[in-house]
Amino acid sequence: MMKLKFFEEKAMKGVMLITTLLVFLFVGSILYTIIRNGWRAMSWDMIFSLPGGGFYIGKEGGLLNAIVGSLYIVGASTVLGLIVSIPVVFYLNVYLKKKSKLASVARLAYDVLFGIPSIVYGAFAFTIMVYFGLKSSLAGGIIVITLLIIPIFIRSMDEIARQLPSDLLNASYSLGATRYETIRVVIRQIAPGIATATLLSIGRAIGDAAAVLFTAGYTDNIPTSLGQPAATLPLAVFFQLSSPIPAVQERAYAAALILTILVLILSILGRIITNRFSKNRIQ
Amino acid sequence: MIHPMKQENRDFMRHILFLGKNSKWYDRADSSELKGSFFRPNQKFCVEHAQRSNIVVDHLNVTIQDNPILKEVSVEIPDRKITCIIGPSGCGKSTLLKSLNRLLDMNEDVHISGSVLVDGEELYAPDVEITHIRRKMGLLSQRPCPLPMSIYDNIAYGCRIHGIRNRKKLNMIVRYYLQAVGLWDEVKDRLHTPASRMSIGQQQRLCLARGLAVEPHFILADEATSALDPISSKTIEDLFLKLKEEYAIVLVTHTLRQALRIADYVIFMYMGEIVEAGPAEQIFKNPRQELTQKYLTGVFS
Repeated sequence: MMKLKFFEEKAMKGVMLITTLLVFLFVGSILYTIIRNGWRAMSWDMIFSLPGGGFYIGKEGGLLNAIVGSLYIVGASTVLGLIVSIPVVFYLNVYLKKKSKLASVARLAYDVLFGIPSIVYGAFAFTIMVYFGLKSSLAGGIIVITLLIIPIFIRSMDEIARQLPSDLLNASYSLGATRYETIRVVIRQIAPGIATATLLSIGRAIGDAAAVLFTAGYTDNIPTSLGQPAATLPLAVFFQLSSPIPAVQERAYAAALILTILVLILSILGRIITNRFSKNRIQ
Repeated sequence: MIHPMKQENRDFMRHILFLGKNSKWYDRADSSELKGSFFRPNQKFCVEHAQRSNIVVDHLNVTIQDNPILKEVSVEIPDRKITCIIGPSGCGKSTLLKSLNRLLDMNEDVHISGSVLVDGEELYAPDVEITHIRRKMGLLSQRPCPLPMSIYDNIAYGCRIHGIRNRKKLNMIVRYYLQAVGLWDEVKDRLHTPASRMSIGQQQRLCLARGLAVEPHFILADEATSALDPISSKTIEDLFLKLKEEYAIVLVTHTLRQALRIADYVIFMYMGEIVEAGPAEQIFKNPRQELTQKYLTGVFS
């Protein structure tokens, strides 16, 4: 007779295998749905030309406005987010002591920000824009997405930075470096963390519809200045999918497909960059 | 080939790099008058230090989280000798070492009183420029801790911080100090590969070279060989024996035999206090304190 613990072992192994395979199933079925529904509407025109009519009818033309708008917003907010969050992480982990009150309050604040849904960010930004009499614009979208991804940046970089070996910092100090000069060491050591954080942030930023709904607006044109509204891919999906016309719904799936491919490309790029940066890392 | 350990070669290299013995070469690396004096054979190139560098610890008390770790420690660390700090675990050896370059008080709940004079400069004075003193103290930690960069940048890092940007000069410094620790021939073909790919013994020598590259007066080694294999430990010990001609070396060690092999001075600590300190021969052959004798004969460890 099989002993109980061997049976247990086998059963649990089976459960683990099934759940692992389930994840593949999810990914596969999502891709299948998007591709099946969007494939017919996909064409080079869809990627490289502007919409021909109004975006609710959208008979001809492509989604270039949304693609470019999304890339503008994601690119600018990622850069801005990095500029804000690297000093924060550096200050929390190199300047403040481990049990510092300020550090724990700050971390709590970032955790709260992390959990706030993006529609709340959108509503908040919208209130402020109304107060200042601003219209929905590329700048508004960039700012709200920046606010949205800063907590993601900080959280995921902080996770890595907290594991900074104190020996490493001491090695730098003992060469006569100030804390600020030690940033060169810290940045190199947490480079993989920065890359992962960037990937996560880009994924969130490019896919977020709620935050840009009020702030960036939607348009059929490519914005030429920060003051003009900008279209984004998630909103292109949202608006077109809610149309009753099947042809327009197909365009929505095409937009979703483009969005997924973009995220895939960015992830692969990020992976390559991460590997390049993490080769120097000390275990 | 230029052998870094021969005195005349060392002097030669120092001339090339505009270094003086114990002079702050980074402060004067760009001064043009140095070039002048370099070519005048009769004139002394560098100012000899009027006094030898030393550390004087006076009534040092350290408490961590209200536990006294060091109690009234007073000791003097001589120049150009190897001073070994021995004692059982938890007796405050490492704490004493870390308090010598003020890495200790970067942690929380640490209270320090007393004084440490480094070349006559009070380490714990409120307005002391700490980076300048830390530069004088090369630190070699228990586990080698290379910086997350290439072998070349590991050595160049300290020099860059102290303002040397000249590529040629950096190349020379890197080569010189890698030769000094006997790494040059092993790594000269892969200077720009990550330091973390070296073997652990090589990493420790790299850390030593990195410390030496900022021209310290002291080398503080915290059980620097305990994580290494016997052959690498031997290499490090041999290096210490050579380096003591130029530097004061303070070595915390857990192995009595290592202290026996290389120590000139020995400090024996127990429960945060210095029980006995003196020349190695005297401590090992006829210790004055009963406690020291017990420790040396292995009654406790």
